[in-house]
Amino acid sequence: MSSTSQKRLVGPLGRARGLGSAKHGLQHWWAQRVTAVALVPLTLWFVWSVVELTGADQARVHNWLSRPASAIMMSLFIVATFYHLALGVQVVIEDYVHREGVKLTSLLLLKGLIVLLAAAALFTVLRVAVGG
Amino acid sequence: MAEAAPPSRPRPLSPFLFPPTGTYRWQMTSTLSILHRAAGVALGVGTLLFTWWLLALLGEPSDFDAVQEFIGSIFGRILLLGWTWALFFHFGNGIRHLVWDTGHALTLPNVYRGGWMVIVFSVVMTLATWVAGYAFR
Repeated sequence: MSSTSQKRLVGPLGRARGLGSAKHGLQHWWAQRVTAVALVPLTLWFVWSVVELTGADQARVHNWLSRPASAIMMSLFIVATFYHLALGVQVVIEDYVHREGVKLTSLLLLKGLIVLLAAAALFTVLRVAVGG
Repeated sequence: MAEAAPPSRPRPLSPFLFPPTGTYRWQMTSTLSILHRAAGVALGVGTLLFTWWLLALLGEPSDFDAVQEFIGSIFGRILLLGWTWALFFHFGNGIRHLVWDTGHALTLPNVYRGGWMVIVFSVVMTLATWVAGYAFR
């Protein structure tokens, strides 16, 4: 072996893939940015809607959410928000929790809770929009 | 070789974050970075209220009134005010991050300029949202 190949820490397959040490880190990073960009218009829509609905009773909010435009935007807002939240929570936990068992447990619990909340929120929109 | 050992003193613990008047000088850059994460975590907690609010649409009208009553209480309003600011701060600072991701505004003066823009944006938008909310009530 020459001295240069001894210094090279990337194997032939890794070199061919050209991804450096990346596994799924890029996907995580990219998804966080994509959801962030999506949340710019969605968040403005959400804030404006909530402001308009200040003090509204159930019938008015129900009627508002049953409109197709509201239901579509709310569904997108829910998906983007909870996806972005799951990615952010993962970074925070991986930064501060270093014991492998605790890290895995807290990741599973929190991501599970986020998926549960997202499913409940999405189900509500469907139920209201389709007319339950 | 036989010299006396230097008087021992406790090793300094970096970076002396607390108390805030201590050795460590706080900068806007790190403060906003910490606030960005804190706001994100707070907004994550806020999704509990958001989901409760939505789910209450499927219950009795009184179930929804319970949510509205909680949000309308003094405690609820303080929480909601905090969440409004957290949302607009995380929103504005998130855009600041997206700009950095494109390789722009990475000089020190621009990093501070963007930081001040985000602070002003978050306060102005929070006030505007609440003024509009009370106007629609």
